[in-house]
Amino acid sequence: MKARNLYDKLWDSHVVREEKDGTALLYIDRHLVHEVTSPQAFEGLRLAGRKPWRTGSVLAVADHNVPTTGREGGIRDAVSRLQVETLDSNCADYGILEFRMNDLRQGIVHVVGPEQGATLPGMTVVCGDSHTSTHGAFAALAFGIGTSEVEHVLATQCLLGKKSKSMRIAVEGKLGRDVTAKDIALYIIGKIGTAGGTGHAIEFSGSAVSALSMEGRMTLCNMAIEAGARAGMVAVDEKTIEYFRGRPFSPKGELWEAACNYWRTLKSDEGAHFDATVTIDAAEIRPQVTWGTSPEMVVAIDGAVPDPKNFSDPVKRQGMERALAYMGLSPNQKIEEIAVDKIFIGSCTNSRIEDLRAAANVVKGRHVAKNIKLAMVVPGSGLVKSQAEKEGLDRVFLEAGFEWREPGCSMCLAMNDDRLSPGERCASTSNRNFEGRQGQGGRTHLVSPELAAAAAIAGHFVDPGRLS
Amino acid sequence: MKPFGYLDGLVAPLDRPNVDTDAIIPKQFLKSIRRSGFGPNLFDEWRYLDHGEPGMDNSKRQLNPDFVLNFPRYRGAQILLARENFGCGSSREHAPWALEDYGFRAIIAPSFADIFYNNCFKNGLLPIVLDAKIVDRLFLETSGKDGYRLAIDLEKQVVVTPSGEAIGFEVDAFRKHCLIEGLDDIGLTLVHGDEIRAFEDRHRGAQPWLFIGNEK
Ligand code: SF4
Repeated sequence: MKARNLYDKLWDSHVVREEKDGTALLYIDRHLVHEVTSPQAFEGLRLAGRKPWRTGSVLAVADHNVPTTGREGGIRDAVSRLQVETLDSNCADYGILEFRMNDLRQGIVHVVGPEQGATLPGMTVVCGDSHTSTHGAFAALAFGIGTSEVEHVLATQCLLGKKSKSMRIAVEGKLGRDVTAKDIALYIIGKIGTAGGTGHAIEFSGSAVSALSMEGRMTLCNMAIEAGARAGMVAVDEKTIEYFRGRPFSPKGELWEAACNYWRTLKSDEGAHFDATVTIDAAEIRPQVTWGTSPEMVVAIDGAVPDPKNFSDPVKRQGMERALAYMGLSPNQKIEEIAVDKIFIGSCTNSRIEDLRAAANVVKGRHVAKNIKLAMVVPGSGLVKSQAEKEGLDRVFLEAGFEWREPGCSMCLAMNDDRLSPGERCASTSNRNFEGRQGQGGRTHLVSPELAAAAAIAGHFVDPGRLS
Repeated sequence: MKPFGYLDGLVAPLDRPNVDTDAIIPKQFLKSIRRSGFGPNLFDEWRYLDHGEPGMDNSKRQLNPDFVLNFPRYRGAQILLARENFGCGSSREHAPWALEDYGFRAIIAPSFADIFYNNCFKNGLLPIVLDAKIVDRLFLETSGKDGYRLAIDLEKQVVVTPSGEAIGFEVDAFRKHCLIEGLDDIGLTLVHGDEIRAFEDRHRGAQPWLFIGNEK
């Protein structure tokens, strides 16, 4: 049989039918739903008199609009409240399992899915959210969809689409000190650009990726979309399998053994074809900090803001100048000399227990700098939060001057009350630094949890190794 | 989606080129959690004298007496006669949602913006492209006669005027089929329902663990 790559295998095993022009009807195993992109889909279903095809495949959770403080009082903002209540009633009407706002299992949809074992290797996973690529860390084919497609999947359990091209990004070698999955992701995007993966499904491989924990692999796949790829994925290994042992939705007993046997086949065959290949030397990667308004505008922590004058392409130069003006930075400014106002540790990129441990490790026994207006930790889920509290991480953060919040998307996109004021500068562990993303006029620098924590302590960006 | 076969409807003329989707449904109404109910805010900025916001009681707002859709003679119109490049601007599907919710079933114009044209078919609206000269004439006839109606026969691909003149139009065969049958993408996929079910059974047999968890 022809050697197939992981993406081929995942795709082939879900094709219900295929038209001559290559348009396939793809079966969807898991449909994750949140409050922002689902209301019109449910309404469409209702107007057409249709029912969800398989309610058991759907898992819903409100995350984008939920407040991160004072939840006992409910949601104050009326528009947000209505969206969340609409999700609650849609799920109740159709018998869909939902983790409501005050459920311990509530959290960011991309943290909750794997945590519950609702995402499993070999699945097709969709959600009305572009960062669904996160779930590819478990050798699942996972990608974001629009509202019309949410309705389509609810009604038919399938999606119409054509297969993408495949790309392998191999990261080989050993990572340096304080270099994390986030830095790999930012480094790759800096190298191939935000359109580098457009039209492709990316498989991340190589010894540095194998060495990552499952959480690190999630961080990496989370940002595949920022490299232009709808899906990112990593092959199954023993770490993948161990991750699912004993999770609520994981198979048990004999089924577990059968599943493991199948899961072990979920990797690219020797000699499989890829439409594009990129190889990266892990030793080259330093902790990364974005300086601009696109994730590809990124340099190493010991670097400086680039000078547009050194770029000949006028479009690129203009883009850089505009970004520098928005960010309030000047060319050649050293990254370590940039002072910040706020710290956000959270989002579906970096809000899992390992991220919190790594950040806590940096702040332990230290205190947030005087110039920091707000430093907040927003755990990815209620279960992450309670685990962190068991380990005493909440006290480490609180004693250092951080706020310890309730789980949700929070200041990643500022749909709730957590946001930057115009001109404020934030060290953020999220994934998008677009203009206005964290609040109108807000300035976002994307970094790892370690670097965000170090910036909180120093009051400016700094290599954690150089903190006194 | 409502099937579209034959329509004999009152015509309303909107005599402006380049009507964009923000004019069709202004952006403040996109916050809605609904797909229906946009009809009262169709052309909101032209239709009312005050500034519209979601949640207002539109029946209490003052109508702009100079806007053509507010003329009593066009009440209940199902066919919109428009000028070139209708539906340009943002890709919001709310624009066809609003037109459909208002009661329009067909739009006749010399040209449409691409995305809008596609979105119409997904929502049971028929966009018809006719030669600019013919559209000119239809504008004259519509405003010249109260209660001017046109008949649209999608099967035969003709627009028939009150004098019995039949004007042919083009439409993609696949889209025509979907519209006549009232098939949206979902309807089309459900035509293969048996295949999906058969696949699901095989899939469940091969990977039963994919069907555990919150399965009822
Ligand atoms: S945390 Fe941010 S990126 Fe992730 S799902 Fe929420 S809003 Fe989207």
